[in-house]
Amino acid sequence: MKKILIVDDEPNIVMSLEYIFKKENFKVFIARDGAEAIEIADAKLPDIILLDIMMPNVDGYQVLKYLKSNEELNEIKVIFLSAKNKISDIELGLQLGADKYISKPFSTKKLVKEVLELLK
Amino acid sequence: MSSFLVIMVIIVYLAVIFYVAYWAEKNSKSNWVNNPYVYTLSLAVYCTAWTYYGSVGLAATSGLKFLTIYLGPIIIIPTWILLMRKIIRISKGNKISSLADFISLRYGNNRFLGALVTFVCVLAIVPYISLQLKAISETFNVITNHNIVSNSIINDTTFYIAILLALFAAFFGTQHTDASEKHKGIITAIALESVIKLIFFLIIGIYVTFYLFNGPTDIYVKASILPNFDIQQKIDGVEGGFNWFFLSLLSMIAIMLLPRQFQVTVVENEREKYLKKVTWLFPLYLLLFNIFVIFIAWGGNIIFQNDQVDADLFTLMLPLQNGHEFLALLVFLGGFSAAISMVVISTLALSTMLSNNLIIPYGFLGKFSKGESDENTESIKTIRRLAIFILIIVAYFFYRSFTLDRSLVSIGLISFVIIAQLAPSFFGGLFWRRGSSKGAIYGIIIGFLVTVYTLIIPFTIDSQLFSTSFINEGLFGINLLKPYELLGLQIFEPVPHAFFWSMFFNIIVYILISVNIVGNYRERNFAEMFVDNSKYASLHENAYVWKGEAYVKDIRKVLTRFLGEKRTERALNLFFMKYDIDKKTQFADARLVNFSEKLLTGSIGSASSRILISSVIKEVEISLPEVLNILDETQKAKESNKELQERDKQKDDFLDTVAHELKTPITSIRALSEILLDNDDIENETKRKFLNSIVSESERVSRLINNILDLEKLSTGKEKLELVENSIKNTIQKSVDAVRQLALNNQVYINSEGVQDIKAVYDADRIQQVIINLLSNAIKFSNKNNGKVYIFNVISNDKLEVLVEDNGRGIEEDDLKSIFNKFYQAKNQTILKPVGSGLGLAISKQIIKSHNGKIWAENIKPQGARVTFTLPININ
Repeated sequence: MKKILIVDDEPNIVMSLEYIFKKENFKVFIARDGAEAIEIADAKLPDIILLDIMMPNVDGYQVLKYLKSNEELNEIKVIFLSAKNKISDIELGLQLGADKYISKPFSTKKLVKEVLELLK
Repeated sequence: MSSFLVIMVIIVYLAVIFYVAYWAEKNSKSNWVNNPYVYTLSLAVYCTAWTYYGSVGLAATSGLKFLTIYLGPIIIIPTWILLMRKIIRISKGNKISSLADFISLRYGNNRFLGALVTFVCVLAIVPYISLQLKAISETFNVITNHNIVSNSIINDTTFYIAILLALFAAFFGTQHTDASEKHKGIITAIALESVIKLIFFLIIGIYVTFYLFNGPTDIYVKASILPNFDIQQKIDGVEGGFNWFFLSLLSMIAIMLLPRQFQVTVVENEREKYLKKVTWLFPLYLLLFNIFVIFIAWGGNIIFQNDQVDADLFTLMLPLQNGHEFLALLVFLGGFSAAISMVVISTLALSTMLSNNLIIPYGFLGKFSKGESDENTESIKTIRRLAIFILIIVAYFFYRSFTLDRSLVSIGLISFVIIAQLAPSFFGGLFWRRGSSKGAIYGIIIGFLVTVYTLIIPFTIDSQLFSTSFINEGLFGINLLKPYELLGLQIFEPVPHAFFWSMFFNIIVYILISVNIVGNYRERNFAEMFVDNSKYASLHENAYVWKGEAYVKDIRKVLTRFLGEKRTERALNLFFMKYDIDKKTQFADARLVNFSEKLLTGSIGSASSRILISSVIKEVEISLPEVLNILDETQKAKESNKELQERDKQKDDFLDTVAHELKTPITSIRALSEILLDNDDIENETKRKFLNSIVSESERVSRLINNILDLEKLSTGKEKLELVENSIKNTIQKSVDAVRQLALNNQVYINSEGVQDIKAVYDADRIQQVIINLLSNAIKFSNKNNGKVYIFNVISNDKLEVLVEDNGRGIEEDDLKSIFNKFYQAKNQTILKPVGSGLGLAISKQIIKSHNGKIWAENIKPQGARVTFTLPININ
């Protein structure tokens, strides 16, 4: 069973993502901010992380930097899910080593497809 | 000491200086070369051999008066942070490479004025350079015990030194054709020399004060019993005071306008901010240099009281007399380095002026306009090199043929007075728009003639030691025309006297002519650009007013003749990019004309470049009012453009945030709807939960949209407030009722016991909106376990104050002001995401503002935050 970590501070977005990936037979973990995300990633070693950017305290960029600098965690796939869609934001995200950048609002079918493809 | 040894030392010393210059030129990007210390030290080229020997001589004969030469600079330098910055900015903006260029450009690229300034500078400085050569020669003779000056040039060491200096200046001074480029090699060498001369002078000062005597008190006691001591050491009443004042004023002008000072301070300035270091370090340097002058002078007076020793040579004679030859050699080297720095920088500055403001504009334009770029740059360099050699050789022969028996100080001061003739047109041009070229030209000529009459002629007569009736009785025996007491003015000594009268006539003529004869439009254009530099500098080429017909092709041809194909292409490409002009454009506009003139200015001077460019374009005369109008409009357009850009950026940021804030709920709505659509088998309970979320997220979207519209209405003043008298107690009560449910849900207690009934004029609905917003914020951020919110009001300074407090953890100090900005919380999420739109406080602020009130936040003790707003009370 693949493990997915959903990181977002919007409860309704988390709720929908949780439903979708449970249905796809994922084991789902949830973090409400960056700090929590790092904690769970460390403890549960998920296969993939859906990461929001604008979050309280520790933001998505910082989480990604932490993951990439850590030997045990730098293999985890990361998809940025953000409402920021200026080219510069996307470039920064990919430069830091994210595997995909998907803009909000997203199509649920497409998101699932991308996740499954990345984990092949 | 043997001449051979001294010559060897000189050769080694020069080799070191040449090597340093060479190294600095090769490593011109190095931090060792580019720093404020090198810059400041290079300014110390002000201290010449005259400082080394002449100051002491003057102090020995006239007491403290030598200080005026350094007092002026020390007083004026602190103002440089503004004054010199302006001069440097103008010069850099226009690629000005000399004083003559500066003045001629300011008065509309006036070719004659540039030549006149050059002429005045050469007349003032060449004798000054001879003076340095004389100092080298004299001190060389003293230290090697030669008593007779050699009669043939072949045997004169000074001649060879002069040639070496010319080689040095010519080699390092003409590395670039563009004279506004920096001469890193020379400047670094000069800075090193400034260190050397100061250290050696301090050593000799300490030696005299503490070795030959027992400290300053000892010297003072012994010197004070010498005859004439008291008379020398004081300022004589009002008359002496005037002399001091005018001498200080004179040196103030000198530190800015001597060609070598203009060269090091303005042309060689790498960064404006270096001036900050100069403002304290350079006065400190001058003070250090002057600490021991008076003690060396007194010491010399005491030790040589019965001998015939020239006071100018005390610095050298004191160690020699006591058998300390090595110390004497240090003194000689210090004086030598002071002399050669002056000679090198002065000839460099003068050669630029000679070539760019006299020789090229009057003799070579025709040739240049036909020549190829390689030939032309080579010719320009050759002209400058020749100029350097000619200057030094003329100075050498000047020193050989005139027995300059007068003290070092007098010739230096004459030079100052001649240079001062440029001050009215220079400073006038910097601060007075009306100053015109005719005024400048006639002012300089009259001032110069007065100087000749009151100083140069009588001084020459004096130095030749034959007495005439001219000095004692005046021209044709008319008393009022006595050169040292013109118009019966008797309070001054010769130098301040000449300075006073020449300045007096110079300024009067400059002002009278400028007021009565209006200059042409070109003059006025540059006048505006110089005087109002801060306003026009940002306009760059746009500040230049020009109308006519010109083709890019023709201008390109002229530029190529001096810069070559490559540099011309590069420069033009940069220009087209800067102004976003199509590269293939055929017609040149005012900006390109001005840009091209500036490109050439560094190489051939502003007057020549103007003439050359004008020769290939057809210019239409513009009236003066039209120039001013165009300038004004360009300026306004630029300003409003800047404002627009600023507003655009704010709007962009705002829209960006709005988009982000709208997308977030829409993301939930879309995701949840898609799930419902794709999953027919979904459980009823989950379905209800999802639908509920969709509804609440939709509400969030509409709330956000309403808030944005609300804010827009309030901030553009489209919404009319319903201003009637209301009871604040009523309004607060209604607001508290509105948030009661929220408070209950969060288990927060609201205390409104401190509310008094006060009547004020306001829009009740809007103020209620503000209070509800403040209360719900307070509820959200109050203590989680024991939440308490207080609301109360007071009257303070005739204003109604409403205060809302919570007992939460307060607001970060940095955030106290920014929380009233739009979307502040959404942008800076150091706290948990609020449920609101991020616009509540921004709207509240806008509402209070339109009531002429104020709103602010602060932290309170022991814990919590307080937001206060005020409303004006109508007493009646």
